[in-house]
Amino acid sequence: MKPVLDVNQLTMDFGGLRALDHIDLQVHPGEIVALIGPNGAGKTTFFNCITGIYAPTKGDMFLTRPQGEPKRLNGLKPNRVTERGMARTFQNIRLFQNMTVLENVMIGRHCRLHTGIPGAIFRPPASRREEKEVVADSYAMLEKIGLTRYVNEFAKNLPYGAQRRLEIARALATEPFLLLLDEPAAGMNAQETKALDELILRLRSDMKVSILLIEHDMKLVMSLSDRIYVVDYGKKIAEGNPEEIKSNPAVIKAYLGEDIDA
Amino acid sequence: MITLQEIKKSFLVSLWFMFLTFPIMVIKVNTIEQTIEWRWWWMAAVGLGAFVLSFFWRIAIARKEAGKKKAEVSGEEKIALIPRLMSNPRFYIPGLVATVALVVIFPFVFSMYQTNILITALIYVVVGLGLNIVVGLAGLLDLGYVAFYAVGAYSYALLNYHFGVTFWMALPIGALLAFLFGIMLGFPVLRLRGDYLAIVTLGFGEIIRLVLENWNAFSFGPSGIANIPKPGLFGLKLSLQQSSIFIYFVMIGLALMTIFVVRRLQDSRIGRAWIALREDEVACQAMGIDKTRTKLSAFAMGATWAGMGGVVFAAKTTFINPTSFTIWESVIILCVVVLGGMGSILGVIIGALVLILLPEYLRAFSEYRMLVFGALLVMMMVFRPGGIVSGVRRIYKFEGLQNKVDS
Ligand SMILES: Nc1ncnc2c1ncn2[C@@H]1O[C@H](COP(=O)(O)OP(=O)(O)O)[C@@H](O)[C@H]1O
Ligand SMILES: [Mg+2]
Repeated sequence: MKPVLDVNQLTMDFGGLRALDHIDLQVHPGEIVALIGPNGAGKTTFFNCITGIYAPTKGDMFLTRPQGEPKRLNGLKPNRVTERGMARTFQNIRLFQNMTVLENVMIGRHCRLHTGIPGAIFRPPASRREEKEVVADSYAMLEKIGLTRYVNEFAKNLPYGAQRRLEIARALATEPFLLLLDEPAAGMNAQETKALDELILRLRSDMKVSILLIEHDMKLVMSLSDRIYVVDYGKKIAEGNPEEIKSNPAVIKAYLGEDIDA
Repeated sequence: MITLQEIKKSFLVSLWFMFLTFPIMVIKVNTIEQTIEWRWWWMAAVGLGAFVLSFFWRIAIARKEAGKKKAEVSGEEKIALIPRLMSNPRFYIPGLVATVALVVIFPFVFSMYQTNILITALIYVVVGLGLNIVVGLAGLLDLGYVAFYAVGAYSYALLNYHFGVTFWMALPIGALLAFLFGIMLGFPVLRLRGDYLAIVTLGFGEIIRLVLENWNAFSFGPSGIANIPKPGLFGLKLSLQQSSIFIYFVMIGLALMTIFVVRRLQDSRIGRAWIALREDEVACQAMGIDKTRTKLSAFAMGATWAGMGGVVFAAKTTFINPTSFTIWESVIILCVVVLGGMGSILGVIIGALVLILLPEYLRAFSEYRMLVFGALLVMMMVFRPGGIVSGVRRIYKFEGLQNKVDS
């Protein structure tokens, strides 16, 4: 099968700084792939490039819906990328703070709905039906992620772990087949991390999404990932399954002083 | 709460004020007798006044901080008084009945002068609700909003002058033209945010005004356009008073329509997208919202209401010229939105009534009018930064939710 995400020779320069240096990366259908590396290695920049927030200096990016044709991502706006079926979360939580939890998820549904300004004002039957559906669907999503108790709370009033889960729920509401998670476990305690581990596996089995995640929690990475890519100073230094990565001398060197088994 | 520290700080403030005001308050040169009077009493008054004011200011701030902490500890924000009353049928039904009654009888009970003031206030309600879409919902700080108001007013004035277009025809045309201008202005400022957006829109507003002022052949320049007809009622001949009453009810109708539309918009797919854009532009785009379309739609919808307000304004005053459309007007409309409460319909209505009616009735103190006005705004921003009524989001009810929470 074709990879759902196929990135070739992706390069990103910020002025004189080369944040990404000819990176190749693939995610295959149903895979959980991790992208790891020290702080400042360029992981978030990689996400920003493939989701259209940054325009990469060089390289090609293709997204392939399962049983579909590859679509080139270069030059697409972020909202187009999301429409094509790739959604993401952010390292520094970027929820809509003054909207309720339910509304945050409803925003995720936006690109799958059609009501425009006339529809909003006159509310023909089609718009009414759509509005009912979006409420029901968003609520169902909160049920899946386990956030129903906060449904009418402002996002800003949620505990930290719940905010991270809400970001995932919001991204899933866009109906992606590939989900990008940027440090989803950052700031979570051991219990929350364990719940996250289960959630991610459940997403793959129940919702058939492939996952590419950036994470610093090595225990989580090693237990979840089918394959791991390691970047350092914008260059890919290793790629392989968790066992191979653990024993890779280049990786150990990059993480010198950091305990990779922790 | 009242510590020695606070007293000391207030004392320093009062010293500082005494020093600053020394030359104007204490020294008085008597030019006739060529002597200098030293009015030490004034200095004492300034010192005491500054001390007392600063002290109460500090106490108020401290109380506000304490209140905030308490809310954080208890984990839930107190729902503001007004929305709470609004959601209780025992209060809002009698309230609504009383309001409707007052609105209907107002022009028959009060003088034409009062009615005219209220018409102005209602125009600001409509225009304020329009700007509320742009600033309150979509979070785009637009300081050139009055330009669309001018577009509406001049559409009616010029179309009537050249082609004899009536008020009722001009109302949709003015709205449409303002809508188009909203899109036109929206395009160049799509990439801008915050301060930059504010400055550029301010520039646009001024450009429109300067064009109106200098393009004599088109807009008759500073001398403006006079004899604009008031709205007609099936060709009846109305006296001055009757036509005031008629405009009043036209404005009530227009305001109700605006409220209806804005309410529907803000709880729709489009309205949610506007708010998401305000909350976080990057996340909003990443969630699949087309930033360009969303921004343009907010600008255009906001402009539409300004256009309609402008048409009514032209009809009400029967004379317009560019001085009605200065930056000051944009600022007042913005104040209506900010003071009332960004994103809140009720807030904007209250804001418009307060900001337009207050200065009218403060005419007695006309010299200090702007001072009171300014002080009021500063106090509001410090103590209620969310405005008089802060925006509340819709609560959705789900069956069985309660049980799930308890279990
Ligand atoms: N918008 C930007 N402008 C300039 N430099 C940037 C920008 N975004 C990221 N960088 C730089 O790129 C490098 C990689 O950053 P990032 O992708 O955030 O690392 P991380 O792997 O920790 O997520 C860092 O040196 C960072 O300073
Ligand atoms: Mg990062």
